[in-house]
Order: sequence, then C-alpha cells, then structure tokens
Amino acid sequence: MGAADTPQQILDPKKRYQAGVLKYAQMGYWDADYEPKDTDVLAVFRITPQEGVDPIEAAAAVAGESSTATWTVVWTDRLTACDKYRAKAYRIDPVPGQEGQYFCWVAYDLDLFEEGSIANLTASIIGNVFSFKPLKAARLEDMRLPVAYVKTFRGPPTGIVVERERLEKYGRPLLGATMKPKLGLSGKNYGRVVYEALRGGLDFTKDDENINSQPFMHWRDRFLYCMEGVNQAAAQTGESKGHYLNITAGTMEEMYKRAEFARDLGSCIVMIDLVIGWTAIQSISNWCRDNDMILHMHRAGHGTYTRQKNHGVSFRVIAKWLRLAGVDHLHAGTAVGKLEGDPMTVQGFYNVCRDTVTKQDLTRGLFFEQDWASIKRVMPVASGGIHAGQMHQLLGLFGDEVVLQFGGGTIGHPMGIQAGATANRVALEAMVLARNEGRDIANEGPQILADAAKWCQPLRAALDTWGDITFNYTSTDTSDFVPTASVA
Amino acid sequence: MRITQGCFSFLPDLTDTQIAAQVNYCLEQGWAVSLEFTDDPHPRNTYWNMWGLPMFDLRDPAGVIGELKACRDANPETYIRINAFDSTKGWETVRMSFIVQRPTAEPGFRLVRQESKGRSLHYTMESYAVGRNPEGARYAP
Repeated sequence: MGAADTPQQILDPKKRYQAGVLKYAQMGYWDADYEPKDTDVLAVFRITPQEGVDPIEAAAAVAGESSTATWTVVWTDRLTACDKYRAKAYRIDPVPGQEGQYFCWVAYDLDLFEEGSIANLTASIIGNVFSFKPLKAARLEDMRLPVAYVKTFRGPPTGIVVERERLEKYGRPLLGATMKPKLGLSGKNYGRVVYEALRGGLDFTKDDENINSQPFMHWRDRFLYCMEGVNQAAAQTGESKGHYLNITAGTMEEMYKRAEFARDLGSCIVMIDLVIGWTAIQSISNWCRDNDMILHMHRAGHGTYTRQKNHGVSFRVIAKWLRLAGVDHLHAGTAVGKLEGDPMTVQGFYNVCRDTVTKQDLTRGLFFEQDWASIKRVMPVASGGIHAGQMHQLLGLFGDEVVLQFGGGTIGHPMGIQAGATANRVALEAMVLARNEGRDIANEGPQILADAAKWCQPLRAALDTWGDITFNYTSTDTSDFVPTASVA
Repeated sequence: MRITQGCFSFLPDLTDTQIAAQVNYCLEQGWAVSLEFTDDPHPRNTYWNMWGLPMFDLRDPAGVIGELKACRDANPETYIRINAFDSTKGWETVRMSFIVQRPTAEPGFRLVRQESKGRSLHYTMESYAVGRNPEGARYAP
C-alpha cells in the first residue's frame, strides 16, 4: 500500500533528531511490522488523504497527531521513552468501493491515557487530528479498548440485569413513549399524558431532549406532576412504572439539584442529554450509583458527527465510550423508524451495548473483538417513528433486551393515549408469545397482529391508522463490507 | 382491577397448553423453571413464596404443569407466577416471568399521599390484601 517511495522510519538518532521537518512516517509513526499488545488501545480510522498525499504518510500523521507528534522535530522527545509514547499506524487498507478512502489501524500504548477518563481518551484520539490539513476527511470507525483500560471505568450504574430486577419485568422488551408535543405543555397537562400512557400499559414515559425548565413549564412542576402520574398508574396496575425525568441543565450544580429532587420524589430513573459532555456524564453516573438510580441517555446531537461515513465518529465508538462512562439506557436506533439507521449497522450498536464480549463482525461495522470485562450491559432504546404494526420486525431485529418507544404511536392513537399504550403492549405480548411458541414472526407477524386485533379494539385502530407507514429511505451510515438495503 | 405484572398480562389468561409451550421455550433456552405464589403482589414484594425449588434438571414441560396443578390446589385464590432462571455468566437472573393464576377478585392497591415540604408528596402503595387479614391468617404456620 502507498507509493514505492513511502518514507521509512529514520533509525539513526542524529538524523532523526536534527532540527527541521520530517515526514510522520520518518519520525516513527508508521510501523508495518508492529504487533499490537493486549494492553494497547486500538483504533480504526477511515481517512481521505488530500490529492497527492501518500496514504501511509497520512496514516502515520493520524497516529502522530493523536499521540505525541507536532509538525516539526523537537529534541525534547529525547527526554522521554518516546518510542513507547508514539502511536503506531500499523495497517492500511483501501475502503471497498470508496475510491480515495482508506482504513488505517493505529495502536496506542496504555500509558497514553488517564485511567477512568473518557475526556482524556477523546482529547487524544479525536483531539485535533480531524482538522488536520493533509486529510480531506477522517472518521473514527471503531476502537478496541483493552481489558486493562476497561477495568479503570465503573460502567453503567445499574445495567440491564439489575434494572429488570428492580422493576420486576422480564421476558419482553420494555415499552416507553416520549411525551408530545415536546414543548409547550404545562406541568399539569404534561403529567396527564404521563399518567394516561403508563396506565394504558407502558413501562416508561420520557421527557424529550429539549425539555428542561422553560417558561411554559418549570422543572419542579414537571417533576411533581410526572411523579403523580407515575404513582397513580403504578397503584392502578400493580406494576412498577417510571418517567425519565430530564435533569439536563446549565451547570452540574443545577443538575445535582434536579437529580436530588427526582430521588426525593421517588423516581426510579433520571435522564441526561449527550450534549452535557463526557465529564458531566461520568459525574452524574457516579451520583446515580450512590442513589440507586437508573440513568437514561438521550443521544441528542450525535447526528452532527456520526451520520456521514467519511467524516466524524461512528456511533459504535460513541456507544463504547458511553458504556465505559456509565449510562444504563442508550438510544441506539430503530432501523425501521424515522431516523437514520441501516439494520446491520444498528445491530452492531446494540451488540456494543449488550454483549459480554463483542465479536468482530465487519458486516455490522465491528472491526475488533471487544471484551467488556464484566462491565454491566447497557439497555438500548429504539425510538423515533415506530408503531405497533412493526412489532414483529422490531422484536426480530433487537430481541428482548431493548426499550421500544412509541411516542406518536401512543399519543396519536385515535381512541386516546391509554388505548394507544394498550395497543402497543398487546401487540408486543402477542408477538413474544408467538415467537416463544416457535412461530416465524418475520413472516407471520402481520397475521399475529391481525389476530390479536380481533379481540383488542385499540390494536385494530392502531393498525388501521399506521399499519402501512414506513420510512423507506436509503441509509447513509452503512458498512462498506457488504451491500446493505434499508428495511421497508 | 387486573394487575399487569409479568410478560403476558395484557393477553387473555393463558391455557395450560399455552403455558406448556412457554415452559418448553424456557427449557430450550436452558433456563430453570420455578413456581412462586403470594396473596400480596406489591411491585416491591420481591420474595413470593417458593413452590419447591427451581426445577434445574427438568426437561419436560409436563413436569411443570403437574407442579402448577398441585400449587393451584394448595393455594387457590392466590397469584401464581412462573419464573425462568438463567444461570449463564453475565445474566444469573430471571429471564422470563408470567402470571398463571389470579384470585377471582383482585383487591389491588391503595395509593397513600403524604404531604410534605412545598408541593412534594411522599407516595406509598399498600396492598389491600395485606390490610385485610392479620399476618397469622395469611401464612401457613
């Protein structure tokens, strides 16, 4: 790979440390013979070098700029064990079917990173290399985080197993809904929607990402009325219920204040937005551990850097960082709904959330085997433009360990919110029952739903309203290792 | 009221044939099936009475159905649930749970609202079934 005149590492120290500018490969950031250690942090970048830039030199530059290098030789390298601290690009492959793009593999020594700090990890790996002029574009596709590093993180405060044990809910996906309209309701009216949806059969309701404390509804009013709805519904159904109270705020102090009020009112779960940042996420995760609280993560803003596959950071990497940082729920896509998501790629995100060891699977975008070292599992959340008529597809794609969130598909039901919730729950339970009985839900799904709709009028009405709705667009973020098509 | 715990409470009550099919699914997954019963299905009442031990080595759903019949005969007018336990690494927990008997009339729960500082409320749920009878009448000696 690369031109025949690819620069080689200069081994003679006098030449190597002579003042001036060298190629990154000459400085030692490319080593085709390097064998990654079990303790190395590994990364795969997709790079698009500028015209005339040798791909190997570009890969070496990525390794250099994300570890110790600067644009010129510095003698102070010789005061350090610089061979150890230099990241090494060790492999480069053309991206199948994408001319001018290359996957480059880079290995980082464990000592380059502070333990237990996603902020530090990201400052290195994506700190400045994405603005580097010799590259037209760069994307962090995947990472392998060594067990030694994983063990420096506490991970999800609750995890799938303990969440289910707390809620006493097993054997089926959980059901949720985001309150709509997402902005404008008063606290009292908002709590009504919460109550109706939970009373009708949902397990969770949810604040949307941008509900914080606006003039139409201050946060304390929202918390008070939502918890009235939660408790009223729980008493009338004998079932644990919850509402993701969004505690996102302008400062950590304010977030802690809101979290404490949620706890004092008896909420089992709080919610944050991804935009609060890595340090805030890790801090609130610690708070959740100390307060027996489930932590729901809404990935607000991720599409700005995850969607285009030539530049940014893949969501599978964001999911890995979030599992280490410690969230319990993570929106990971629906494949069939209104938001971006190729089915195989989305399944890869789910694997990252839920596996004990994630296997290498290039068709799902997973470049590395990842051992999670017994760190807890994250419950993925499927939300955005899904409805009861897709239940067989959703169960087939994602299995039981997922929260399926039908916002519009609950609240927009022609017979009312409770009926909308009931329709979803009946569709879900009927589908799980049928799957467990050995039926082929991928093919028999519509019939299974139609049969349940014979005795469940709300489900009949839901299927009549939305049965034919699909969001059948070509996905942007797909694996380049196989041709993939969007699901109807 | 009808409590909606378990993974099939929104469906019509399962027949024994349907229950056997679900048990068969659990056994195929390698899960151990057990029976539990109670008069107090409070969502925080974690420990229902065990009807024997989990049937770790059972391979035939008929065995569970036999135990279920015996449990129903001995404990009419209670809730009975079937649990399926997964002992594999990383789970080591219940993977499936569903109700297979309910009392004729389900007494439900009272929501107690204790007014507190500001507009805050402390919520407590109480089972009517628990308040109805003294402890000594609720449990076998």
